[in-house]
Amino acid sequence: MKFKSVFDIIGPVMIGPSSSHTAGAARIGRVARDLFGRQPAWAKIHLYGSFAETYKGHSTDVAIVGGLLDYDTFDERIKTAFEEAEKLGMSYEFIPETGNVDHPNTARIVIGDEKSEMSMMGISIGGGKIEITELNGFPLRLSGNHPAILVVHDDRSGCIANVANCLYKYDINIGHMEVSRKERGDMALMVIEVDQTVDVEVMGELRELPNITQVTRIAD
Amino acid sequence: MDVLFRNVRELVERAEKEGKLISEIMIEQEMLITDRSREDIMQQMDRNLTVMEEAVEKGLQGVHSVSGLTGGDAVLLQKYMQQGNSLSGDLLLDAVSKAVATNEVNAAMGTICATPTAGSAGVVPGTLFAVKNKLNPTREQMIRYLFTSGAFGFVVANNASISGAAGGCQAEVGSAAAMASAAIIEMAGGTPQQSSEAFAITLKNMLGLVCDPVAGLVEVPCVKRNAMGASNAVVAADMALAGVTSRIPCDEVISAMFEIGQAMPSAFRETAKGGLAATPTGKWLESKIFGGSVVGSGQ
Repeated sequence: MKFKSVFDIIGPVMIGPSSSHTAGAARIGRVARDLFGRQPAWAKIHLYGSFAETYKGHSTDVAIVGGLLDYDTFDERIKTAFEEAEKLGMSYEFIPETGNVDHPNTARIVIGDEKSEMSMMGISIGGGKIEITELNGFPLRLSGNHPAILVVHDDRSGCIANVANCLYKYDINIGHMEVSRKERGDMALMVIEVDQTVDVEVMGELRELPNITQVTRIAD
Repeated sequence: MDVLFRNVRELVERAEKEGKLISEIMIEQEMLITDRSREDIMQQMDRNLTVMEEAVEKGLQGVHSVSGLTGGDAVLLQKYMQQGNSLSGDLLLDAVSKAVATNEVNAAMGTICATPTAGSAGVVPGTLFAVKNKLNPTREQMIRYLFTSGAFGFVVANNASISGAAGGCQAEVGSAAAMASAAIIEMAGGTPQQSSEAFAITLKNMLGLVCDPVAGLVEVPCVKRNAMGASNAVVAADMALAGVTSRIPCDEVISAMFEIGQAMPSAFRETAKGGLAATPTGKWLESKIFGGSVVGSGQ
């Protein structure tokens, strides 16, 4: 079941006009910001399908930029996100794409600064709910039926065991897990689907583990 | 994942077997899935209800969108009602005007609560605040109205779709109207089965509705479709309370909605390429609002 909570249906509280194209878009931007770990200096945002056709009318562009500035769906500052971005020195560019994608509301966000770059693909599946489908070229194969977290880490022994132990400590059962890396010793990631919701406290403890770069919820 | 219901049949059976309201089953399931307390869940829904009240209030004062395509109709409707000559009746027009008010606020980038989406956010609160004047519910009953709506919406979202880009307007305003209809029944003292009948009757009459927003804006025809969704919901609720039943069971109507959405060409699924968006006036409005440029960039 993709929609688990009644508040997925009656909610979110948000700035209009569209739950999928505004609230969902803001959430995709905010996950990218979260994964990057800081405000990027620049953003190239590729839009596909309905996102590409109607992003201006739905303020999808303003919302994604708002998300990159760490605004929540109900943050009034979404309306002036372009001005805020300019003030904060973040440049952005929107590129409507014509290629086919699996989901009609797809965005690929490429962000970076002088230190590093990151690319992420997200889809907005309706009513403000989103899924992250790709990170830095790694496909994140989620069933979408369970809460999921993404752990970015250095490819070192013990990382996976530490994360699993931490989840065990909080009685969180792992239903499905995928690990991948680009090259030995380089960046690696874990996609973990769990049966229980991972709360802020657990997320914080995971982040404190050695060699962990970033921990983010990618499906609630 | 353990859930108390996966479809409307299971939802209604459980409610009737345990002698509970549909809203109660939804609250219990939320507690089960999220491990949150009843108080916590009720409080969050209370806050959502407050957001809905504030949006209607704001819309009834008169708002206008940036594009200028929508705004002010909720005010026109309220003034017309006050003259006392309305043909369709005050409750119906009140629901319509409050649905319109919410969507006018949404179009103006105001704060709303998506029910189930932003583009269809007017129907559930619009009907709630109109029916409220007739049934005089308690605050808790008003909160329960949202849980009942949510229970049906939960089934649609998981078994079909609530996204216009995936399933057309039938998935958004269609779902919202059907959800509202089921919730009206519970507030009016009808049975869970009657909620299911009202839901089925409403959704059947919204099947096939395409998503064809002019210039891609959630304005034309979205705002007025919320008005019609609200009136559909109220009429279907009256039909079900009168004892009218749907020949096609609720879950099969939901499946039909999903299949129709799947078969819908992408021009009619929130791409602003077909239907009203592609009419000469639709195109003219689009060029008037956005000019020739469709590519935006900062700095």
